[in-house]
Amino acid sequence: MQTDAVLTTSSLGGTRRQFVRSVIYGGLAFYGLPAFARASKPPLGHVVIVGAGFAGLTAAKYLRAWSMGNLKVTIVEPNPQFISCPQSNLVLGGSRTLDQLSFGYDLTRKQHGLDWVNDTVTAVDLANKQVQLTRGKLSYDRLILAPGVDFNVSKIPGMSAPVADIPHAWKAGKQTLQLRQQLESMPDGGVFVMTIPTGAYRCPPGPYERACQVAHYFKQHKPRSKVIILDANADIMSKKGLFLQSFNGAYQGVIEYHNNSEILQLDTASKTIKTDFETVKADVLNVIPPQLAGKVAQVAGLNNVDGRWCEVDFVTYASSLQADVHIIGDSISAGLPKSAHMATSQAKVCAAAIIDLQSGNAPNPLPVFANTCYSFVDDQQAMHVANVYRYDPAKKAMVSAEGGGVSAKASTQEGQYAQAWAENIWADTLT
Amino acid sequence: MKQRYVNIVWACVVAWSLSAQAEDSSAIHTLAASCAACHGPNGNSLGGTPTLAALNEDYFVQRMQGFKDGSVSSTVMHHHAKGLTSAEIMALASYFAQQPRQTPQALPRQSFKGAQ
Repeated sequence: MQTDAVLTTSSLGGTRRQFVRSVIYGGLAFYGLPAFARASKPPLGHVVIVGAGFAGLTAAKYLRAWSMGNLKVTIVEPNPQFISCPQSNLVLGGSRTLDQLSFGYDLTRKQHGLDWVNDTVTAVDLANKQVQLTRGKLSYDRLILAPGVDFNVSKIPGMSAPVADIPHAWKAGKQTLQLRQQLESMPDGGVFVMTIPTGAYRCPPGPYERACQVAHYFKQHKPRSKVIILDANADIMSKKGLFLQSFNGAYQGVIEYHNNSEILQLDTASKTIKTDFETVKADVLNVIPPQLAGKVAQVAGLNNVDGRWCEVDFVTYASSLQADVHIIGDSISAGLPKSAHMATSQAKVCAAAIIDLQSGNAPNPLPVFANTCYSFVDDQQAMHVANVYRYDPAKKAMVSAEGGGVSAKASTQEGQYAQAWAENIWADTLT
Repeated sequence: MKQRYVNIVWACVVAWSLSAQAEDSSAIHTLAASCAACHGPNGNSLGGTPTLAALNEDYFVQRMQGFKDGSVSSTVMHHHAKGLTSAEIMALASYFAQQPRQTPQALPRQSFKGAQ
């Protein structure tokens, strides 16, 4: 009904722009309307967003800003705080505290007029456009799922359920602190073993950055200790040349990198891992589990790529199975790194497309965005990978443009840029 | 019935305004927003990178074209500039030149509550 009304505007004449400017900037946006109109439905409808991480929160902010308040946005998020995964490896290295990576939601919520429900989605009724919460239901015109990743622990031989003293710490929070405490308690001469799964996972360079951070801590405080990386992949997945500079340079004799080292058997009691080549015993064990789309995407049945990730249209981020459900961030299937910058870039394209669709306009058919990702190799030095991506309609994919690439080497200057990146992306997401 | 009529009229006004805005800048404001990760909300950097909001348009183009053709050296920006078309660089220059320069808000920092 609403869309029909909107479509009638397309035949209106060319002088509308000046009129519209004077009307809208004169304060007739939804929240400036007289009371009789304000009490009615929001003009462009109601978007429910599940998940307030980088992707979900960015979508919420830009939906409200770019629609000038004409869309109602409700966020469903079970956690009380925003904890940044970027830089959480530096908590393990000792140069950041988790307090420095923790933020409140109140500012962005008030500033952008977001409705907020502190709850979990237990079911999605796609036919009736409703999400079921543990307390009540919400109806939507469009739904955005931004749940990040879930962990498939049962795929690890010998570890059918999460084990309390083997944290993955692959979502920043309590497990990050637990892993740091385990490293602090470990005697000098101990071995830290980290395993990396095959298949897509959050933050491709993250495991190798983590190895560098733990090695940095060991060099300062436990110089006889070792880091062993058991990578199920055939090779280093991101910034390979740059990480090898560190592994073979500053951390030679500290970090051992073993490729093609899938876990054949894990004994959780003795923290021993058997691979095709060896048996390794850990003092501190960090198993990064295989990953898949976050729970709500599974509950909605939209994880249609290998039962793990969600196929979307990169013009609107609509699910290939359900046109009014959009999925952004780490849950999607894409030849794109699962990074915070990527999540926010996708969120903005999705927000612009939803406003167009709800207004009866065609979304931009050729989206373009950027991704910059920094990794710290110690407390000061970082390195980047940066690319522009543009939509290729023939491939139906976001394709890396010419000219992207990585640093020549890690540097202190890039360490400062990496800190600037963090503060600016936090500000873009949280203010 | 009257309320329904009012709703339709407002929906028209709003859609009208947004489509006018979209014609101007939908693609470019989405691309420009992608710069925020390093250069801050609407090009207002919190520090450590240049503020792009209200930056002189010609200077923006000169720097970006320089990164693109290699005549201006850079640490990171050549990896972005080379991926953009000259038309995109000019549109970004015009977009950022029109953004108000503002002091960015302080980050809503909190101590970790231990719940997650």
